[in-house]
Amino acid sequence: MSMVEFKKVSKQFGSHLVLQSIDLAVDPGEVAVVIGPSGSGKSTMLRCINVLERVSGGDLLVDGLSVRGSAHDVRRIRLEAGMVFQQFNLFPHLTALQNVMFGPIRSRGKSKVEAREIAAALLQKVGLGERMNHYPSQLSGGQQQRVAIARSLAVGPKLMLFDEPTSALDPELRQEVLKVMQTLATEGMTMIVVTHEMGFAKRVGSRLLFMDGGQLVHDGKPVELLSNPPSERFRDFLTHVD
Amino acid sequence: MTFDWTAIVDALPDLMQGLELTMLIALAGLAGGIVVGALTGALLTYGGWLAQAPAQVYVALIRGTPITVQVMFIYFALPILLNVRISATNAGILTLIINSGAYNAEIVRGALESVPTGLKEAGLSMGLSFRKVLAYVIAPIAVRRALPAMGNQLVSVVKDTSIFLVIGVGELTRRGQEIMSANFRAVEIWTAVAVIYLIVISILAVSLRFVERAARLP
Repeated sequence: MSMVEFKKVSKQFGSHLVLQSIDLAVDPGEVAVVIGPSGSGKSTMLRCINVLERVSGGDLLVDGLSVRGSAHDVRRIRLEAGMVFQQFNLFPHLTALQNVMFGPIRSRGKSKVEAREIAAALLQKVGLGERMNHYPSQLSGGQQQRVAIARSLAVGPKLMLFDEPTSALDPELRQEVLKVMQTLATEGMTMIVVTHEMGFAKRVGSRLLFMDGGQLVHDGKPVELLSNPPSERFRDFLTHVD
Repeated sequence: MTFDWTAIVDALPDLMQGLELTMLIALAGLAGGIVVGALTGALLTYGGWLAQAPAQVYVALIRGTPITVQVMFIYFALPILLNVRISATNAGILTLIINSGAYNAEIVRGALESVPTGLKEAGLSMGLSFRKVLAYVIAPIAVRRALPAMGNQLVSVVKDTSIFLVIGVGELTRRGQEIMSANFRAVEIWTAVAVIYLIVISILAVSLRFVERAARLP
């Protein structure tokens, strides 16, 4: 069974059609990198998966559960699909450790002791074992984003969604975040990544999706698509990113 | 004239009794006003049309009329309309709750709206219900943002209790007026009354600043 399955999904904001009849299946273990010009619907597509946006037409299944299902189903989808945001969105009133403990305690009902163990191990893993008791405001952007990744992982998702995770970072801070994401990918995590990082797409992506005007235009192996752009529009886009 | 200290010394026990009632009314009004303000503020921010409309009417009604008129209405008009009896003290407390609740509601709404949407989404995306997100993410941040404005409102509540002399509540200002009309020591009595308010409100202001500092994020 596919981890994520779009069936003729459309999304409208008012009269504006942001997604037009998207069909897409992502299998477990895939790392799908989504690229495209701004306003092409990449972020909206990602946000439909964990129901931060409601689909307007068609259906979308996440691990077999429909995003149009009951509130209980939606909650289960969100437990299985972790989200990493462009702006990190760490809770400013909690330390790094408390941020990562938050999910296990509040949405998985784990004890504080268990949650602390999970959180400490994950912060260690993203290289922030020494910064556990810092507040978000005391961390650099790259560190904050790594805490945010750990926070999502702590909930125990089967799938990780990344919405331009490095776009708000200075270039020299991007690598530390991309490295963590690469590690996740090699461990077999299913990932859908909206990004402008072509190097990451080529190195880590198992699949490249090009979106334009709310449609999924190209879908293929990153190396093949990038070395042999199938359309004028895609070639044009690539020259603008690099 | 000579400043007659003994007039103050003689008046002090009475004034202290008045202060006791002032504090009782103020504390009840504060607590009730915070509860009403938090609920109304949440309705104004997250309620549907049906919940928002009455909340908006309530806030407009209270902010658009003087508190003196409000207490007169509650003490004299409400008993006629609803056929109930209400003591002057309770009328005062009720007025304060309703009055400060409306002002607090606007403060709460502003604070709730100032919390970035991204934080709500982060909470929701981890599988929390909106209620939990409100309780564990939005509220802790909103409370910190509301504290300075809320502090001003709390100080106003203490001072507003003096208005209840118009319905005969024996609070501090009323006691001062009664003593003064018996001994005509206007300078001494009103100085004493003013100083008592000043001390109480200074203590409140300092404790509020302390709370604000303790809650401040790094």
